[in-house]
Amino acid sequence: MSDQLYQERIVALAKARTGAGKLPSPTKSARRDNPLCGDRVTIDVTVDGNGKIAEIAHQVRGCLLCQASASALASVAVGRDAASIVDLRHDAERAIGRESGEAHEPFAAFAPVRDYKSRQECVLLPFEALQDALS
Amino acid sequence: MSFDIVAVRRQFPILSEIIDGRPIHYLDNGASAQTPLDVINAVRTYETTGRANVLRGVHRLAERATEAYENARVEVAKFLGVQPMEVVFTGGCTAAINLVAYSYGQLLKPGDRILLSELEHHSNIVPWQLLRQRSGIELDMLPVTLDGRIDLTALPRLLTNKTKLVSLAHVSNVTGALLDVRAVVEAARVVGAKVMLDGAQRAPHGPLDLPALGIDFYAFAGHKAYGPNGIGVLWAKPELLEAMPPFHGGGSMIGRVTLAETTWAPPPRRFEAGTPPIGPAIGLGAACQWMAALDWSAAHDHEMALVQRLMDGLQEIDGTRLLGPASLQNRYPVVSFMLDGVHPHDVAQTLDSFGVAVRAGHHCAQPLMDRFDLDGTTRASMAPYNDNDDIDALLAGVRHAAKTLR
Repeated sequence: MSDQLYQERIVALAKARTGAGKLPSPTKSARRDNPLCGDRVTIDVTVDGNGKIAEIAHQVRGCLLCQASASALASVAVGRDAASIVDLRHDAERAIGRESGEAHEPFAAFAPVRDYKSRQECVLLPFEALQDALS
Repeated sequence: MSFDIVAVRRQFPILSEIIDGRPIHYLDNGASAQTPLDVINAVRTYETTGRANVLRGVHRLAERATEAYENARVEVAKFLGVQPMEVVFTGGCTAAINLVAYSYGQLLKPGDRILLSELEHHSNIVPWQLLRQRSGIELDMLPVTLDGRIDLTALPRLLTNKTKLVSLAHVSNVTGALLDVRAVVEAARVVGAKVMLDGAQRAPHGPLDLPALGIDFYAFAGHKAYGPNGIGVLWAKPELLEAMPPFHGGGSMIGRVTLAETTWAPPPRRFEAGTPPIGPAIGLGAACQWMAALDWSAAHDHEMALVQRLMDGLQEIDGTRLLGPASLQNRYPVVSFMLDGVHPHDVAQTLDSFGVAVRAGHHCAQPLMDRFDLDGTTRASMAPYNDNDDIDALLAGVRHAAKTLR
């Protein structure tokens, strides 16, 4: 059943909409599309003098997995620099089974996506946008 | 005559497949239809008793292959109501449209215009944009009405004496709307423009009479019409094929090759460079025969009854909206819908767990999604072998998604 995919924690992350919206005056913004499914993520950030994220907001036109991932990312992104976001991405990749090892919260919630290869890019798209914005 | 759905279903082996303990409810026919035993057997017969290259060999296997390949052309021509030598085998519907964009496009001049619409599949947009980059032609777009039809009231405004071609979907792959071909042809004739139809979503629903439509080009895909992958068809009026330069160069498409220059073979050979997809063409011939043998009046009624059942069922689910005509008039069995608060991919994923195969997303029609400001839709597309169980399984899945995902 798809209920195995759409487990409560993923649905809750999506519904939380942490960081959903726009920033009034972002330092950087980036938009990424998944050409296969049409999902689109736009991320705004403000970055402090040390290259650390001070504020983050995202607009997701995409599925529940993409929304949940953006929400999870926004919940832990503040205070992190680009290298630290790469670490978070590894965590997400571990959660969905693309890398070995144990994933930490909040991305551990995405473990059910392991069995749905066609949906894994949905989880990673917010990272793509954020990494673009920070580059 | 009543429609014997059991007999039709029996001809499609894949429909008795069980996945994770559930039967398959295949409602993604608009992407790829399933294939009947007649087609599977025709390809198998070629591969096991007549596999060889076509046209060039003198041995008996080559003769068998050539005969089967050319017989397939005859079957496709009968299905379209045209002459076999007007039928060009291509790699698919996209390849057929690209062929026209390249070869007919060579005959156009900078400033000439081509008229498309906002609801076209990317395969009937991008080849023309590429042509625009190459040759300086201009593109115009017919708008789309609120109920997902091409708005033909804009024809007088957008057709000019610069318009050389109107290329439109015969049936929309998103909304299922059938084009009023007569209105398009009449308006195009006034300015001397040719008319091309992308028949990918129409051809799987029964034989055609292309000369009666008054059009100039027709393209469709084999795999959506119960045939194999890797085969498609371009039909064009013979005088147009005769005037068009080749698309691809290579073997089989030549008259005479010298190191200085080459003359072209007459159509259709001119447009079939290299070894063609022989087995797939033979399979498509069998698919056209299979379609020709079906009672399409009854099959169409059956398909439309499924559309009605689906639309009625969706209306009972809170927060569903249709994208496309609300009636059964002038439409084919493609139904797109949205479930408020749930992304189409999540609807489709839920449906998969109910054994229901649908397509979700932009359906390679992003300009249409932009027109309605949509992320995408969930699309059910029916074939004659679908039944009420398929629709009911879909509705159960949508109800589940509505309950659990919002």
